[in-house]
Amino acid sequence: MEKTVLEEIIYRQGAQRDRLLPILQDVVEQQNFLTEGDMLHIANLLQMSAAEVYGTASFYSFLPLNRKGKYMIRLCKSIIAKMKGSDQVLAAITDQLGIKPGETTADGVFSLELVNDIGWSDREPAMLINDKVFTDLDPVKVTHILTNYLKQASTQAFVTNLSTN
Amino acid sequence: MTNTSTVRKTDLIFGRSLDTLTLLRNAMQRDKDGLIQELIDSGLRGRGGAGFPTGLKWKFAKGAPGNEKYIICNADEGEPGTFKDRVILEKAADKVFAGMGLCGWLTGATKGFIYLRNEYIWMRNHILAQMNDMNEAFRQMKLDFSIGLKMGSGAYVCGEETALIESMESKRGEPRNKPPFPAIAGYEDKPTVVNNVETWVYALLISYIGADVFAAYGTEQSTGSKLFSVSGDTPKPGVYELEMGMKLSDFVAEFGDGDTKAVQVGGASGFCVPRRKFDQVIIGFEGIPTGGSMMLFNSHRSMYHVLHNFLEFFMEESCGQCTPCRVGCQQLLLGIEAVKSKTKPAQYLDTLMEFTETMRLASKCGLGQSVGNAFNSIVNEFYEEMIY
Repeated sequence: MEKTVLEEIIYRQGAQRDRLLPILQDVVEQQNFLTEGDMLHIANLLQMSAAEVYGTASFYSFLPLNRKGKYMIRLCKSIIAKMKGSDQVLAAITDQLGIKPGETTADGVFSLELVNDIGWSDREPAMLINDKVFTDLDPVKVTHILTNYLKQASTQAFVTNLSTN
Repeated sequence: MTNTSTVRKTDLIFGRSLDTLTLLRNAMQRDKDGLIQELIDSGLRGRGGAGFPTGLKWKFAKGAPGNEKYIICNADEGEPGTFKDRVILEKAADKVFAGMGLCGWLTGATKGFIYLRNEYIWMRNHILAQMNDMNEAFRQMKLDFSIGLKMGSGAYVCGEETALIESMESKRGEPRNKPPFPAIAGYEDKPTVVNNVETWVYALLISYIGADVFAAYGTEQSTGSKLFSVSGDTPKPGVYELEMGMKLSDFVAEFGDGDTKAVQVGGASGFCVPRRKFDQVIIGFEGIPTGGSMMLFNSHRSMYHVLHNFLEFFMEESCGQCTPCRVGCQQLLLGIEAVKSKTKPAQYLDTLMEFTETMRLASKCGLGQSVGNAFNSIVNEFYEEMIY
């Protein structure tokens, strides 16, 4: 993340040790992961050791430490999800995007993770994509949802190209 | 065997006959010690699963010295099969916040927080709006109390109250040694009341309906009603408010699909009950308590897969701070895989059950201590399924 953007986040949250988690959360909300450079810069400005920043960030599964796509898909893998067909939903996602759990598409648009119970056992299979939730999934439904995201991503890429050219 | 007795349903939490702010105003007309006594008399116990008497917790916090105290709503609902807090926060967040305000008034705390799991980030704006409305209402009724939001970041162990406090302080969510308990030294080492989402609503309601009306439901040790998250092999998954102390056989008659083989009571950290024991088990503190998770499995399900899924969950979510839990969860998972693949003899399951006893005695928090609940009950009741 650009230093100025990061400093803006830290300025807004306050450059104090007890604001570390909200700062890390804000960074992840904007770019979906944390880089070594981000963590070093945060450590500097909060006047704490880089190891402590890393140690805190690495504890939490929603604070990824390697590059993730623009859209983070988190498919629930609880026992109830499995009973309701989450493996078929996973197969459909893998078919459509060509990525397995833990991977990111080559264009950097999607990442896929399997996660523990996300609180929808009454309507599994369920998944999160960034800050949205989708429930009662089946292979057809998940394909429609991802197709919409793909359209959205290509429109945005087109607009970005226009503005940079 | 008859199916004539059915579970009693109630509608306290989602009922809208009483206005939330009226409930709070009425409660604040009362004598503080009298109101805390009413809570104690009601027998209300924490609805997150651990079941500590709510009135006592509030009494300790009220009596704790100092004028800086904190009120925390634990909305880190992560137990597999639980989703009732999600529904409360969607439909009745105002009652949750009013309950926190009431506790602030009673104990002298001026600041509260809701710790919301990141998996529920999609409702963040809704929560913020409801929270701001309630903070404004507090101001108008001259109650010196306000609530803030803290987000979790995807760690099951942060549902443990001291790990939650560590996380709120921007640290790794590792449980603390107890004592001191949070009521004496919690957030920022100040006296802190941590309660589950559901508990706040019941406490507020009891201030109005009274201990007797509340305790008319349930049993001696498990008074009142609570919300249950019903999932798995059931024709009607969802959240239901049911009387405490029901027989599991009655529950299955109401929610089963006619072929229920086992019910996992209390999530992955709870107990598995096989069909032949349904009519011996009471759901409550006299029998098997639950934070609300009720997962039904029918005869098509492999209990080996259920246990395997739970152990994978625990292995990932163990915070790694203490050895019995960190190594134990891993060895239990490897162990059942080894027995299944015949690289270890069946008797190794008995050795693994002894491991869980060590974990129960030596783990620092409820996570490691309770892994044996599901492990021993599933292995004992479905021994052959673990081997063949």
